[in-house]
Amino acid sequence: MGFEKFGQVSFTSQTRAAEFVDYLEKGEVRATKCNECGRVFFPPRADCSWCMSSNVEWLEIKGQGKIDSFTKVNYAPTGFEKDVPYILTLADFDGIKVFGRMNKEISEDNVKVGMAVKVAPLTLSEGKITYEFLPA
Amino acid sequence: MPKDVAIIGVGQSHFVRGYPGSIRELAFDAYSEAMKDAGLGPDDVNASIICTAPEYDKQRSPSGLIAEYLGLNPQPTFAIETVCSASSTGLKVAYSMIKSGLHDIVVVLGFQKMSEITSADSQERMGRGADIMWESPFGTMMPAYYAMHARAHFNKYGSTPEDLALIRVKAAKYGTLNERAVYRKGVEFDQVMSSDIIASPLKMFDCCANADGSSCMVLASADKAKEISKKPVWVLGVGAASAAMTMTGRDALSGLSAAREAAKAAYEMAGVTPQDIDVAEVHDCFTIAELMAYENLGFAEPGKGNELIRNGETYIGGKIPVNVDGGLLSKGHPIGATGGSQIRTIVLQLRDEAGDIQVPGAEIGLVHNIGGVGIYGNVTILGR
Ligand SMILES: [Zn+2]
Repeated sequence: MGFEKFGQVSFTSQTRAAEFVDYLEKGEVRATKCNECGRVFFPPRADCSWCMSSNVEWLEIKGQGKIDSFTKVNYAPTGFEKDVPYILTLADFDGIKVFGRMNKEISEDNVKVGMAVKVAPLTLSEGKITYEFLPA
Repeated sequence: MPKDVAIIGVGQSHFVRGYPGSIRELAFDAYSEAMKDAGLGPDDVNASIICTAPEYDKQRSPSGLIAEYLGLNPQPTFAIETVCSASSTGLKVAYSMIKSGLHDIVVVLGFQKMSEITSADSQERMGRGADIMWESPFGTMMPAYYAMHARAHFNKYGSTPEDLALIRVKAAKYGTLNERAVYRKGVEFDQVMSSDIIASPLKMFDCCANADGSSCMVLASADKAKEISKKPVWVLGVGAASAAMTMTGRDALSGLSAAREAAKAAYEMAGVTPQDIDVAEVHDCFTIAELMAYENLGFAEPGKGNELIRNGETYIGGKIPVNVDGGLLSKGHPIGATGGSQIRTIVLQLRDEAGDIQVPGAEIGLVHNIGGVGIYGNVTILGR
């Protein structure tokens, strides 16, 4: 349990990677790293299918990423009506790719491919939590 | 070129908004046409494959229901799902069943009744056709994902919203000629450019229409095909591949790797090259998807796809006519039925029965059918 707290609308309650939410609550966005081969996973995985191993550790995503692509969504799917518009963004942190939303205050005109961003936890209503991108 | 398995019958319902019947009746529309086309009855069929995506209607295990209604008991039946490419996957499985010698005649039936739920609910289901743990909680939907591919393509290659609008204008031109298309009006360039932005940079006219519809293909072994059919269309190549479901797991957004891999496999199997293709159906769920398809299928170099549409090369009379039935953009996109409808269009082309949209002398055709946002790539090459 615990993972149902992740995101505005959650579709999964149980995962062996639920510690991700605990780290968000502590103010950190973390990936996992396989202790056998050293591969880093985001979204975090509880298992490494290259090593057939579940020996992973948590690793904070720090510093600046670069925007790969983004889109401003004007029409929401069911459950997200109150959120629109929002900007979905894919960013690359030295080879670790992170998908999420841009901070609500940032207008689309100020978002560019290649732009530097950082990622930080964001507390939502009703005990929910997620993360978002901010200009770096 | 392998000539081991043929398509000997094709059928398709009208693609409509709000089909006034149940899924079994919708399935019957395509099935009855395909079986009459093949000149067969239910007892001639050895197995059926039902292709559909879940959660649009309430029926669980639809293959049982559909097989019963179509008179296909006691033959084996089962369902296949690769979302939007389910019926191309169905064709590949039917091919394998026949090529192995297990069966002689297999029916592949695709259907979707999308109008049972609202458009927002349908986007929610499609959004859950992505990683529900890590992406759907952000409010993802198909237009947003393809929009991110579009932005990346624009940024890397200098393609533009105008290029995408040209693709929509082409689709609409041929949609007016297809009496089974859901959207039959012409669309002007300015209309596309001034339409509402759904997920930037994609506008309303960059997106295909939801529709209710069904499609059906009857496949046969070489011996049976030669015995039964005057105009068998041969399955020369079947290529399929997969790619990461997550955006984070993709190598680059400027193309679809599953489409490239599937195309490579299909060309190799058929022993042909992109230059040999006379007519193609590509998965234009969004205009950007057609542009990427030009490049992923090798009709253009990466980044040069826009030259094909700017020069009109994908119209009838051009170098490689693409989606001359209106494509998903105008014909409509009833998920499980789409691949079978694309294949039907190419079969009619190769039989010289395509009427107003006939590409003169077409001998080899290609179908590119993608499931989800580039998750499942399917390329099928057909010849006469
Ligand atoms: Zn490992």
